[in-house]
Amino acid sequence: MRDLYRRAQDISFWVLCGLALTAIIAPAVWIIVGLLHDSLPLLKPDLFTHDTAHGGLMNAILGTLVLAFGVLLVAGPIGVGAGIYLAEFGAGRRSAVLRSFSEVLAGIPSIVIGYTGYLLLVVQFHWQYSLLAGIMALSTIVIPYIIKTTEVSLRQVPNNLREGAAALGLPEVTTLFRVLMPPALPGVLTGLVVALAISTGETAPLLYTAGFSDSNPVPALTHHPIGYLTYIVFTDIQLPSVQAHQLANAAADVTLVFLLILILTGRFLAARARRQTARMAV
Amino acid sequence: MEQVQAPPRRALWLGGRLGRKDPEEASAVTPMGDRVFRACCGVATLVAPVLLGILAVVMLTSAIPALRYSGLTFITGRVFDFGNLYVNALTVHNGVSAPHNAQYGAAVLLVGTLLTSIIALVMAVPIAVGGVIVLVERVPIWLQGFMGLFLEVLAGIPSVAYGLWGLIIFGPLMAHNVYPILARVLGFIPAFRGPVGGGQGLLTAGLILAVMIVPIIATTTRDLLRSVPVLQKEGAFALGMTHFDVVRIVSIPFVRSGIIAASLLGWARALGETMAVLMICGNAINIYPYNVYAPTGTVAANIAATLDGALTDATGMAVRALAATGLALLLITLATNWLARAIVSRTTQGGMPVGRGF
Repeated sequence: MRDLYRRAQDISFWVLCGLALTAIIAPAVWIIVGLLHDSLPLLKPDLFTHDTAHGGLMNAILGTLVLAFGVLLVAGPIGVGAGIYLAEFGAGRRSAVLRSFSEVLAGIPSIVIGYTGYLLLVVQFHWQYSLLAGIMALSTIVIPYIIKTTEVSLRQVPNNLREGAAALGLPEVTTLFRVLMPPALPGVLTGLVVALAISTGETAPLLYTAGFSDSNPVPALTHHPIGYLTYIVFTDIQLPSVQAHQLANAAADVTLVFLLILILTGRFLAARARRQTARMAV
Repeated sequence: MEQVQAPPRRALWLGGRLGRKDPEEASAVTPMGDRVFRACCGVATLVAPVLLGILAVVMLTSAIPALRYSGLTFITGRVFDFGNLYVNALTVHNGVSAPHNAQYGAAVLLVGTLLTSIIALVMAVPIAVGGVIVLVERVPIWLQGFMGLFLEVLAGIPSVAYGLWGLIIFGPLMAHNVYPILARVLGFIPAFRGPVGGGQGLLTAGLILAVMIVPIIATTTRDLLRSVPVLQKEGAFALGMTHFDVVRIVSIPFVRSGIIAASLLGWARALGETMAVLMICGNAINIYPYNVYAPTGTVAANIAATLDGALTDATGMAVRALAATGLALLLITLATNWLARAIVSRTTQGGMPVGRGF
């Protein structure tokens, strides 16, 4: 009798857990399929050759790419440099404090970062809605991710390599870039891919820093707003017209496709990083 | 068995070690290029604290006048009203002037923020933990990697896409098919009684937030569950425990504090989430939600929604009032984050995700 009770308890627990797993997987599939299903037929070539003023997405796609590239340029070196410092040079209490600062930064709501960007960059610095203000806001968000992944992947590199390099009398820079970076590189790149994914998907920090523009990006850092995909999703779905709704759907599709490509790239890199770690552990 | 001391995980730079002991000797040993490079990395490390400082100073200095104007009503007041921007009359409180009849009471917004995020937390924690338990314990390794893909997809979907999905697919479906049943079955609880509305409101926002924070909780819990010592589990099986007992008695206690910390991180994210909530919460202002289906507003969504209008206030007080709400949000999320990190650093080592749980 008691045994039967335990069996029943066991089975019902695993059934519930299985349901929970379904509840994780189902929304992921539902969102992707639901959003892509109705609107993929709407993705016509015209969308990619016209700007929003003429019912297309070209300006937003270009703007998203420019913003993401700018974030890579600004946040990439800072994040990787800080990650290297925390993993290799920093020791003890001081680096623990610095690390906790970066973790705190990661926890700040993106709207607060966007709002600060607005008050400081757009108003105080007179940059107005601009590419540079958008890049700064996004960089603030992604820097902690890059720091974390760089630090973690450098820590996976065994100390033998460091000691061997030191025994050969290699300078630190040479050791870092010729000895430690090659095995850590896939992990570092994963962090950069995540940074790209966040820059592609975020909206809140850009609303009041990058603004929005109907036409293609102009080569100016300040004083010119720039369009991006997620703004169209958010705004056009609330406009009272079928065309606007279709445009919002199409923009969401393009964003999702971008992100799926980035996620798959990140997985590929992460798998390589794991193989590297396994090889070095021998 | 002989205890083998694991090599220290800390990086060990022999040159760096020398340098720290004796600066003069270090400059002789360490090449110029190394010192420059190290300095550059050091500067990069200072960027995060500097950014935090800038955020704190900007939010504080902008918020203080609005806080002085409102006083305690900022917390207790239900009405968040920029005042009459079209007449020249000003209302003065505590030496701070604002547009006529402006009131900056954030109580409704704060309550909306807390309610949506608590609904999210209550839904997300059991789903994430239960799902990950079955994933780690029962699913073969090769399939685990593939299923991890779904967690990454959930973490990677942009919040506007969640918002769009909630607005055109999930919300209407729930309002037509699920909420009426919920209202009938749980109708004896006043909060669940109808009307069920159109699918934009507290419960929809909470449910979508739950989906958004599942990856944060799930990835951490998964990594922790994988680190449960095999010997202890095998010992428990050998005692004749069912698999459920093994999970309950061996695994869960081992990872409990990690789950709590990850849940707090997820909660912080739900508190600060903007776009998805903005699109599906119904954006009610100045009124508490009358049931779980009712429209609501949150601090973050309110900032995004009303900053445009606030910019038209010539006294600038509306912008500052929004900064004050942002500051309140910042303090709540920081406290939650700090608590999570404190729990983790006290009990387990490392392993916490930053931000969204990639």
